[in-house]
Amino acid sequence: MTVEALARAQFAFTIMFHYIYPPLSIGLGMTLVIMEGLWLKTGNVLYHNMARFWTRVFALTFSIGVATGIVMEFEFGTNWATYSRFVGDIFGSVLASEGLFAFFLESGFLALLLFGWDKVGPRLHFFSTCMVALGSHFSALWIVVANSWMQTPAGFHLEKIVDGKHVILPADHLVTSDDLGSMRAVVDDFWAMVLNPSTVDRLCHTLMGAWMAGAFLVVSISAYYVLRKQHTQFAQASLKVGLGFATVACILQMICADSTARGVVVNQPIKLAAMEGVFNTQPYAPMNLVGWVDMKNQTEHTLAVPGVLSFLCYHDFAAPVSGLNQLPPDAYIQARHPEAITPDQVATLRKTYWPYVPLVFQAYHLMIAVGSALFGLVFVGCFFWWKGWLFNTDWWVSRWLLIAMVFSVLGPQICNEAGWMTAEAGRQPWIVYNLLRTSDAMSRVVTAEEIVFSLILFAFVYILLFAVFIYLLTRKIQHGPDPTEQNDMTQSWKDIIHHDAPRT
Amino acid sequence: MEAYLNIIWFFIVGALFTGYAMLDGFDLGVGVLHLFVHKDEHRRLLLNAIGPVWDGNEVWLVVGGGALLGAFPEVYATVFSGFYIPFILLLFTLIFRAVAIEFRSKESWGWWRQTWDIAFSLGSILSAFILGVAMGNVVQGVPLDENWELSNRSFNLLNPYALLMGVTTVLLFALHGAIYILMKTEGELQAIVRGWIPYLIGLFLTAYVIFNVVTLVHVPYVWHTAVARPWVFFVAIVGMFAVLNIPRELHKGREFIAFFFSCAGMGLMMATFGLTYYPYMLLSTPIPENSLTIYNAASTQKTLGILLLIAGIGVPLVLAYTISIYYIFRGKTKTLHY
Repeated sequence: MTVEALARAQFAFTIMFHYIYPPLSIGLGMTLVIMEGLWLKTGNVLYHNMARFWTRVFALTFSIGVATGIVMEFEFGTNWATYSRFVGDIFGSVLASEGLFAFFLESGFLALLLFGWDKVGPRLHFFSTCMVALGSHFSALWIVVANSWMQTPAGFHLEKIVDGKHVILPADHLVTSDDLGSMRAVVDDFWAMVLNPSTVDRLCHTLMGAWMAGAFLVVSISAYYVLRKQHTQFAQASLKVGLGFATVACILQMICADSTARGVVVNQPIKLAAMEGVFNTQPYAPMNLVGWVDMKNQTEHTLAVPGVLSFLCYHDFAAPVSGLNQLPPDAYIQARHPEAITPDQVATLRKTYWPYVPLVFQAYHLMIAVGSALFGLVFVGCFFWWKGWLFNTDWWVSRWLLIAMVFSVLGPQICNEAGWMTAEAGRQPWIVYNLLRTSDAMSRVVTAEEIVFSLILFAFVYILLFAVFIYLLTRKIQHGPDPTEQNDMTQSWKDIIHHDAPRT
Repeated sequence: MEAYLNIIWFFIVGALFTGYAMLDGFDLGVGVLHLFVHKDEHRRLLLNAIGPVWDGNEVWLVVGGGALLGAFPEVYATVFSGFYIPFILLLFTLIFRAVAIEFRSKESWGWWRQTWDIAFSLGSILSAFILGVAMGNVVQGVPLDENWELSNRSFNLLNPYALLMGVTTVLLFALHGAIYILMKTEGELQAIVRGWIPYLIGLFLTAYVIFNVVTLVHVPYVWHTAVARPWVFFVAIVGMFAVLNIPRELHKGREFIAFFFSCAGMGLMMATFGLTYYPYMLLSTPIPENSLTIYNAASTQKTLGILLLIAGIGVPLVLAYTISIYYIFRGKTKTLHY
């Protein structure tokens, strides 16, 4: 394998593993805020037990998130040094903000959240919980800013080192291979860089995915207890909180997902065409539900609904959706390749600007399918809750619904990974869209052997980490919530219960 | 020109890595000493003493890396790709160590605990050692090419000088960790660790003196710069005194003040290095013209300014709540659980 393939495989492997955990931390952080807030408001000790149990699960996901997150930051430098030189001026302020405003906030207050139950009063503890949740949202904010800039760069100009001096390149400069290594992107306008065209949409989309990850974890473990008739009171209350939160997240996700996709239509039409496998520009473009793309014959074998893609993109069934054979346009290719004259030459070159379509297509459709299933599940779940059938484990229909809920924890994980793959694989061949090719962004001094060595080490340690995670999570689930821990509580906590006791 | 921003960022990046050394230094140090404590109950106390804070301490490494990428991207790119294998191994040992901390207490079988204790301790020792080796290569200089890349892959990062720095770092962190344990524990465990202090100080100072003598002989620029900047000697000597003051404070039972002097000693050692190394960020040998400096490796003045604004808002906040949290968890460690 080439150094590029190895470096990409390593990044994909380490980021996909890492990306199991931060969404769980963000989503669980929100549920902790809800549970502890309910406890402070109602004084119902059940919510206190819930907050404590889910805090233990949170701590587990958080520490694995930190450990695997350091790897990601290091890899920018170790494997993608040319990229780091190119984006350093832009990314620097973003990553520094992430560290200062997000990581310190999270890790600092986590100590209080975990070990501070008997050290601080309830209100300060609740404040710590809020700060941990806020910190985890901030970390999503800054890393999505960085990634969105790679998708839709804005607020910068290019500079090149000529004879030791930085020379500003004109705005219409086309990057050539001569520029590599000596070229960098430089901030013109910090806020235009941060709020680049895709930041807001993609941030909301990512956060809702994270909320779903946390919510469905709560739903899953609670449903498991309900089915097993363990900790029944606790499990039912947890399931209600989880299901309520999942419903909110799913509904908001529909809005965010739609908005994100329409952003892709405007900013990255090639990615959109790859997502739906559109080869020729067409009105009444169909939306594919399931199937596969045939690259050789440039066609797709799918179950499709006509006109829906046009409608989703432009809110007009007749609107034409651009196809891959027209993207990027002829003028774009001719400007970069003056040697291409005949239409055949242009068409051949055009393909070098496409991502690997079948992968983008499948990842995108997997995300849509699983996401829709989750939406259906919360819809049915809420209906059963309203009818009072949800906890009727003697009825086979309710039982099957609960079993589906136990497995639902995998859904958001699949969606998050597939969504990430759509976004990143869909951006290829670029690492920074229209500016820097992935193949030009690697460390120039790192050898294939070194990457193979590190890949083996990471594979080993990540398998170990994943074993730890599953093992500890299973133990925590088997152990279950502790019964009312009133004896351990300090007076200020007890006051809350006594004060509000009649209401519980 | 506005080059003062480059100087400020040289200082801030240095301060962040110094903060990392002071904080993660003690929990890595606890790991270095871990196996020398034999009772299970004592080992658990050691882990509990660092339990609430080690995660946060590692964040300093992440933020230091982020600041380096932001302020001096060329250094970040060159060092991380150049020191590829050591840095990958550092990640490996740090993760392995974190896994061990999580796993150890979950079963009570003897072999289970022993295995994870060894993993925790080895992970800590190797992390400290690799950090020292990397630092040693930075001090000594590495063969950069004219593109500022460490393209000579046959260059041995595990050279004797770097190894010496690695050993010195392990001993420094061990001493720092021991003082932290004295501060956080009481009774039998504290008495055991107290008995080690003279040896640890002796070992560290021996290694440190050898390291400095070798540096002055083996790394010529250090002597030349130190002569040109005589106040460097002053800072170095004050740093020495800070370390020498530790036994006195411990003898008087003032563990917190001893810990403060241990931190101060580390800070002054880093300051000695920074004052000598300035304005280099990564020295190139044998062709010093290929070196990375605070000028040719920096981001634009505009970005350095934005970064300074971010740090100006963020750092006071971070310090305020970090100190508050350490204050809330002050005092001796009891068995903790959550």
